[in-house]
Amino acid sequence: MEVAATVIVAQRGKMTKSTITAGDRSDAEIIRVAARNEADNPSSKRVVFDAGQPLELDAGASLGPWQIAYETYGTLNAERSNAILVCHALTGDQYVASENPITGKPGWWSLLVGPGKPVDTNRFFVICANVLGGCLGTTGPASTNPDTGKPWGLELPVVTIRDMVRSQARLIDHLGIETLFAVIGGSMGGMQVLQWAVSYPERVFAALPIAAAARHSSQNIAFHEVGRQAVMADPDWAHGRYHEQGLRPSKGLAVARMAAHITYLSDAALHRKFGRNLQDREAITFGFDADFQIESYLRHQGMTFVDRFDANSYLYVTRAMDYFDIAADFDGSLARAFLHSPTRFCVMSFTSDWLFPTSESKAVVRALNASAANVSFVEVESDRGHDAFLLDEPEMFRTVDGFLTGAACARGLAVPGSAA
Amino acid sequence: MTAALETSLPLGKAEKAAIRGDHMIVCDLVPEGGRVLDVGCENGTLLSLLVREKRVDGRGIELSQAGVNVCVARGLSVVQGDADRDLADYPDNAFDFVILSQTLQATREPKAVLQQLLRIGSNVIVSFPNFGHWKNRLQLLFRGRMPVTEYLPYSWYDTPNIHFCTIRDFVALCEEVDAKVEKAVALDRMGRKMGFSAPWWVWNLLGEQAIFLLKR
Repeated sequence: MEVAATVIVAQRGKMTKSTITAGDRSDAEIIRVAARNEADNPSSKRVVFDAGQPLELDAGASLGPWQIAYETYGTLNAERSNAILVCHALTGDQYVASENPITGKPGWWSLLVGPGKPVDTNRFFVICANVLGGCLGTTGPASTNPDTGKPWGLELPVVTIRDMVRSQARLIDHLGIETLFAVIGGSMGGMQVLQWAVSYPERVFAALPIAAAARHSSQNIAFHEVGRQAVMADPDWAHGRYHEQGLRPSKGLAVARMAAHITYLSDAALHRKFGRNLQDREAITFGFDADFQIESYLRHQGMTFVDRFDANSYLYVTRAMDYFDIAADFDGSLARAFLHSPTRFCVMSFTSDWLFPTSESKAVVRALNASAANVSFVEVESDRGHDAFLLDEPEMFRTVDGFLTGAACARGLAVPGSAA
Repeated sequence: MTAALETSLPLGKAEKAAIRGDHMIVCDLVPEGGRVLDVGCENGTLLSLLVREKRVDGRGIELSQAGVNVCVARGLSVVQGDADRDLADYPDNAFDFVILSQTLQATREPKAVLQQLLRIGSNVIVSFPNFGHWKNRLQLLFRGRMPVTEYLPYSWYDTPNIHFCTIRDFVALCEEVDAKVEKAVALDRMGRKMGFSAPWWVWNLLGEQAIFLLKR
């Protein structure tokens, strides 16, 4: 255990010795302490906006002071024209292509983003920010409410995808970038991409929403509600004030994660991976232990998730997705949302994704066509379900590479190794 | 060089020599820099040619997802879609040129498709195989079988080409939908322009394919 603690210290220069001195602390506890610390003091870069620079929220509230935590990769060119904003999904973070300071795992999209990767950090300046309502350094329910000195908890106004995008626009302003070369994201990240294109069409040269939708479906709201109810039914949730009472609604959040995790995979992928295989045993036990590998896998997913993610953040961010419906802001017409859009779009979906099925992407494409926008649409053949967007999918990589290179040519961005 | 980069560079000599004759003729009909939609763009060969040679703002629709994926990886803006169903999504006058290259005969409702093309494009280019070519006529006349030629290699039961027409049929269709024929070219099997002007009936006999430039 001491060894693990040392590793964490080495990974996180900012973490104080006092928080990890107890020699008998478990890895999980160390991760929990680190995660708790990240909410206010992220290991990444951050911008703090004081009370005089509040963030206006859709809920009608004005949030300030507030902060946004972000990470960057590559170099911004002199013209400031090569910036790509990557938007993360529900439980993602700003560490898109670098080691997560809490878990020590590689960046969540390091297959796609990095030197020589489709989102090539040798060419592009990549920015990724923790979402508003998140728990890794951007203001969220786990952050300290400056008025009370305690965690915000449920006193934080409910945030929307549009609020998240508004907060990111403030960051982009701060970085002195007028137009983003591209905005890219999968799942909830893809929702932010679409919202960026609608809220700030002139500031988005190219948009790449992957495995996303222009609204959250009834079925998806239903799954989120199951997750939230699981959290709130846990007595340790304590009406959202678990931090002050030294509690953690781990059971409820784990169940929420387990249910959600099923929706990220396809039936075929589950069968291929686990089938009906038993976990470390020869026969079923006629009990309620995790007999099957899939049960054991889900329990593991649930347990590891609760150490790194804040339960209230889970409520806030899922709610933001539920409220997302671009057409609703345009009298029910998605096409009107994209009218006269100067942005080049590439919409991508996966054949086995039933959480954000191809039909949702096609609705976006139809609307873009109806507004005569510049759009490409690629459906990638994969049996890995919604999670495919995070995995090694060569067709996705080829598409991202081709789309970005084509867009870079149109934008007049120099291509390394070419005379053009 | 990535596949996408290729679409940004001008054509080399060897590349120019390899271009299909009908593509080159279509390319010549399109002016520089316009907004172009290629309906049924396959792997993006013609679209890529137009982007590179004419600097058009090019878009494509392709039925096969595999074709679309190749196009997008080449840096082209292409969506998966069906000419019969998805053209209705586009607004009026959305494009300067709409191209239907060797696809008309594979549509379920060629007349409706042509009307949609004329609605969304100020100019429409249609190229199609001429079923009235003398070889086809001879096969039907002497063998009593549906024609199978080098240029139209399918048997009747597995052909994607469900609505063949002759050049004269197409001229009649244009009249029916009030389309004005701005230009018409008959081509031989190699896609070479037939180097003489002749009445419709001659072209209809000798042309293996035809390219029309239409206006509303």
